[in-house]
Amino acid sequence: MRTIFYLIRKEFIQIFRNKFISKAIFAVPIVQMLILVPAVTFELKNVKLAVIDKDMTSESRGLINMLAGSAFFKVTFSTFSEEEANNLLHRNKCSMILQIPSGFGEDIGNGKQGKLLATIDAVNASSAELTWAYFNGVIRDYNMDLIKKNLTSGSFVPLPRIEITNRYWYNELLNYKYYMLPGILVILVTAIGFLLAGLNMVREKEIGTIEQINVTPVRKYHFIIAKMVPFLLIGLTDLALGLVIGKVAFNIPFEGSVLLMFFGSSIFLIAVLGLALFISTYSGTQQQYMFVAFFCMIIFILMSGIFTPYESMPMWAQDFNLINPVAYLMRINRMVMLKGSTISDISRELYSLVVLAILFTTLAIRRYRKTA
Amino acid sequence: MALLNQGCPGKRFFQQKNNYQMVKAIESSGISKKFGPTKALDNISFSVNESEVFGFIGPDGAGKTTLFRIITTLLLPDEGKMSILGMDSTTNYKELRKNIGYMPGRFSLYQDLSVEENLNFFATVFGTSVEENYELISDIYSHIEPFKKRLAGKLSGGMKQKLALSCALIHKPRLLILDEPTTGVDAVSRSEFWDMLGKLRKYNITIIVSTPYMDEAIRCDRVALIQNGKILSIDTPQKIKAGFSRKLFTVKSAEKYKLIKTLRKNPEILTAYPFGDSIHVTLNNNTLDNSLYEYLASEGIGDAIIMEAEAGIEDRFLELMEKDNGITNKA
Repeated sequence: MRTIFYLIRKEFIQIFRNKFISKAIFAVPIVQMLILVPAVTFELKNVKLAVIDKDMTSESRGLINMLAGSAFFKVTFSTFSEEEANNLLHRNKCSMILQIPSGFGEDIGNGKQGKLLATIDAVNASSAELTWAYFNGVIRDYNMDLIKKNLTSGSFVPLPRIEITNRYWYNELLNYKYYMLPGILVILVTAIGFLLAGLNMVREKEIGTIEQINVTPVRKYHFIIAKMVPFLLIGLTDLALGLVIGKVAFNIPFEGSVLLMFFGSSIFLIAVLGLALFISTYSGTQQQYMFVAFFCMIIFILMSGIFTPYESMPMWAQDFNLINPVAYLMRINRMVMLKGSTISDISRELYSLVVLAILFTTLAIRRYRKTA
Repeated sequence: MALLNQGCPGKRFFQQKNNYQMVKAIESSGISKKFGPTKALDNISFSVNESEVFGFIGPDGAGKTTLFRIITTLLLPDEGKMSILGMDSTTNYKELRKNIGYMPGRFSLYQDLSVEENLNFFATVFGTSVEENYELISDIYSHIEPFKKRLAGKLSGGMKQKLALSCALIHKPRLLILDEPTTGVDAVSRSEFWDMLGKLRKYNITIIVSTPYMDEAIRCDRVALIQNGKILSIDTPQKIKAGFSRKLFTVKSAEKYKLIKTLRKNPEILTAYPFGDSIHVTLNNNTLDNSLYEYLASEGIGDAIIMEAEAGIEDRFLELMEKDNGITNKA
């Protein structure tokens, strides 16, 4: 035990003596929270719209006004030339073209079907679908107005209809920041666990100091634990810092137990640190380590469900996520923060993380050789 | 402890010296190590007596560091057995590591820790304290103690070396292993370093040291000459020098380069090696007469001075090397 204490003390002296790392440890969470949380958003606002109105009637103008009045569309161009509109779409100046053919107002006035042509830039498929859905919504409203107008001029018989009133649970205002912030916190903790400890270990190899340690009676598990503990504590400190920023800067709700979240993150960090140190036993240089660790980290984060819902991934991807610690913490953080889940709600995730933590740490200790 | 004497080139020496009372610090028999196709160590056998200073002398790439890594239990040999302080190097390594002090060839202390922090750290990982064994290192550490707050990375080469030695000694090891401790250190510091090793004798610490410098061999009790992973000879430095089999002559001239080329052309000359400002020469018939002067004069070197000289360790080493390689440098 005493040996571990001295080893840990040595690590802390080295970390805080390194002018860059000691500052970066505190700067990274601040910068990451303040930049990523507001910037990473899937909300679609102000779709740029080019309009070709060949009809020029009150009906066509009414439709355009309705589109411009919604929060989703912004009419940025108005032209009579199809070629010019296509050109705008091609140069990313607008993302949708709406063509209103001449005779549109007349057809509607005569009770016939009016025809429109919408062209949407679908390079980003999901934003194209969203644009389409928003556009449909506006057209639906426009139709309702038309029907209302016709009804008031005729009889008073109300049309049978189903009205849906919805309420969004756990994130009532559909604030995207609330969804992203717990995820960004996971990325923060992952980066610290993955990069710092592994690089630290490989550096000892590169400089040769590990040689001097290997001839001492220091046990393998002493050394591995001493490499994990400082970064576990740093990771939790950064998590706390990130949460404070979330509260102060974004007023994020915190429904569940803070303690539970720290507990989950601690197990997660042990798993990630174990994996990082395991990789480091295979790498001889910091460059090799960086390459492999970065690759793993990107895969883990992108597959964790930070951007895309976990459930909509293909089955094999969901199976892969069984060994992806980031996926578990992603769910734990969101459930605890937004839903106020308790320990029994997230027990499956916690158990899985415990298994991964034991597995990766054991691998790291077994792989670390004091003898070549 | 069974005495492993079979196939040990140095065994005659030890048998004369009454090996019943003497416990060997290291007993190595038939150690071999391959890295891919290259044989780094080939059937290495030797033994080191307790509290002796034992030197491994050989050029870069001879296998010194590989051997030392096996002795320090950092590397497992492919073949052979090594017993260190009466313990097997491959199975009893845990106990061994408590009793070994190792100073690698490359400075391997924490450069971002101060002198004091390094020393304290290595004391504590060995479960001891600086105060407990201060006496042992006081001679060495007192030189760098005024700089104890300085980061190890900011020390000069000589001071780094003293700190590394202090750290290797702080747990009072029974066996001290120094891998090329004087490489890259100035001549004065080198000599100082050997003086410090000399002072350690009174603590009965066995010291194994490797060096590429032949002139340091005389500071060892015994030396092993090592080349291409093989031990060429093990003996006291005096006996190794005395083993030189021919008469040695030094030849001096103002035009050294031309001189050595001319000498090597002559079939009467067996070997010619540059040594500082002169050339060490052995002759086929082993006797010096005027013919060599005449030959040099006919080749345009009139100012040559030829004298008989006493062979040094390096001369003997080169002689052994040629025998081992079976080639001469005349071609």
